Amino acid sequence: MSQGPILELRGINKSFGPVQVLHDVAFSAYPGEVTALVGDNGAGKSTLVKCIGGIYPIDSGEYYFEGERVQVNGPRDAAALGVEIVYQDLALCDNLDIVQNMFLGRERRSGLVLDEDTMEEMAAKTLAGLSVRTVKSLRQQVSSLSGGQRQTVAIAKAVLWNSKVVILDEPTAALGVAQTAQVLELVRRLADKGLAVVLISHNMNDVFAVADRIAALYLGRMAAQVKASEVTHSQVVELITAGRSGELGLKNGNGAAS
Amino acid sequence: MTTETLPKQDKADSAIGVHVKGYFERVKGGELGALPAVFGLVILCVVFSILRPAFLSAVNFANLFTQGAAVTVIAMGLIFVLLLGEIDLSAGFASGVCAAVLAVLLTLQGWPWYLAVLAAMVTGAVIGFVLGSLVAKLGIPSFVVTLAAFLAFQGVVLLLVKDGTNISIRDETILAIANKNIPPVIGWVGLIVGVVVYAALQLLQARRRTARGLVATPMAVIAARVVTLAVVAGAAVYVLNLERSRNAAIVSLKGVPIVVPLIVILLVVWTFVLRRTAYGRHIYAVGGNAEAARRAGINVDRIRISAFVICSFMASIGGIIAASRANSVDPNTGGSNVLLFAVGAAVIGGTSLFGGKGRALDAVLGGAVVAVIENGMGLMGYSAGVKYVVTGLVLLLAAGVDALSRKRAAATGRR
Repeated sequence: MSQGPILELRGINKSFGPVQVLHDVAFSAYPGEVTALVGDNGAGKSTLVKCIGGIYPIDSGEYYFEGERVQVNGPRDAAALGVEIVYQDLALCDNLDIVQNMFLGRERRSGLVLDEDTMEEMAAKTLAGLSVRTVKSLRQQVSSLSGGQRQTVAIAKAVLWNSKVVILDEPTAALGVAQTAQVLELVRRLADKGLAVVLISHNMNDVFAVADRIAALYLGRMAAQVKASEVTHSQVVELITAGRSGELGLKNGNGAAS
Repeated sequence: MTTETLPKQDKADSAIGVHVKGYFERVKGGELGALPAVFGLVILCVVFSILRPAFLSAVNFANLFTQGAAVTVIAMGLIFVLLLGEIDLSAGFASGVCAAVLAVLLTLQGWPWYLAVLAAMVTGAVIGFVLGSLVAKLGIPSFVVTLAAFLAFQGVVLLLVKDGTNISIRDETILAIANKNIPPVIGWVGLIVGVVVYAALQLLQARRRTARGLVATPMAVIAARVVTLAVVAGAAVYVLNLERSRNAAIVSLKGVPIVVPLIVILLVVWTFVLRRTAYGRHIYAVGGNAEAARRAGINVDRIRISAFVICSFMASIGGIIAASRANSVDPNTGGSNVLLFAVGAAVIGGTSLFGGKGRALDAVLGGAVVAVIENGMGLMGYSAGVKYVVTGLVLLLAAGVDALSRKRAAATGRR
């Protein structure tokens, strides 16, 4: 994986009124890799993700996509670039079926009428491409799915649009052991297909199970962005809780090192 | 040869089996759909026809349609608002206002009927736009907005018809809507065309899906649907085409009431909109999870406003039908029980008060139940008081069934 990052942020600052949430944050995601974004509660993970997704405008800093500097002024800009975010609450409609959810807001039409057949085929192809075999019927209402299956549908929905970067916000937080394994497997497959995957997680086991790189936020600063193979479990915990671990981490409370 | 055909047969059987099993599973899981309404309708019809044989007469059958038409049409509009999890308490009096506009323009101002009808419909759409904007943009709960409108429209009707007098309607075209019938031959032709088109659409869809390797509805299920439609609608057309006049030599009275094809057209249009267009899909999405819909890029406010516009627009058509049936408009047009009956019809038909679940057909099924109750109890000679109480109880029962099936669905993971 010697390619450059597909998504790169430099010197991102973001304040809400007098509270500065992100200080000079640098972050990159690489195609074909899973980048875990870790940090304690309030470290700024969600804010950073929402800045990437265009939901919050950034105060200052540079946003590069495929090496080019871009302006992301809203969720639509991010989606147009190929950045999809799967939020923790999944944002699925219980009363619609799997296909309807996957195409929500972007329905295929032939003339005035919905092109159900094409949508069903595309959905089936996407799910097959992710080796998802757990759903019985694509015309099943989402309300009848288990938590892991819902997560799968939400992820498949994000992948359907030839997206290049998929950001998952705590995808395993509410799942049992078997379903967590399923979802993590899916996350790995996404990266193997060449997507850049950003995984937000609190769970160190999950992080070390799938991540290629780990980015640790500490009080709104990027403590370190390192390869997962080069750090230990306890080093990452130290980065999360103290912002530094030996040579790694924040020196004078400013600037990221790796 | 037998060895070749047998497995095929097996396969077809199992496809039907899966379909039927899936249906029963859904029912058990709390998705009752049209079941309570159909069940209730059958029981009510049996009970009333045993107690009062006149209930089964052709005259009364035709009466049922004209009696229930206005409420059914209003309910069909209400379903759009209910699908969003909102309510429109003003739909009844909105229909009254539109009827009053129609009557004033038609009788007092002497407008031609088509302009007056157009004005009434525009009035309905404008009312819906105002209500919807208040709900969507200002964020006032729809319950409060429409309760206020309910009171205000009551006053508007009074003002329009000049304090309690009633305005009679003499325009032949308007009167024909609820009082005239279509010629029996055209009734049959319409029925045959309708059934054939329905069958063709179903078959084409199944063929297209099979050709693309997708799961299609089994032939037997399609056949059952088409036969059911043909038998039920055919029987209705047959009975309505019987001579209803007591003295046929003087005036002949037979044929399908004009309101019936009107309701069928509205039903087809709104079913198409809800099931086959992106707009309809977005209505369900907003009703199911407004936040998910917003994140999917759906303009939630616009969907909300449009649902209220459709609701009040349909109320205006209901008002026109009511005015036609009563031959006049008075301050009580669209008042008293109209709204309750319309909400009741939608809920009895299977539309959820919690949003996200409902079909245009629900209005017709529920409207039939409401009309049968009102009609049957009238025949039994019960007073208006008893009728109100019973209808109220039926509405409560329907809402109870809705809530319980929802609970059941949550328990079985089908919420």
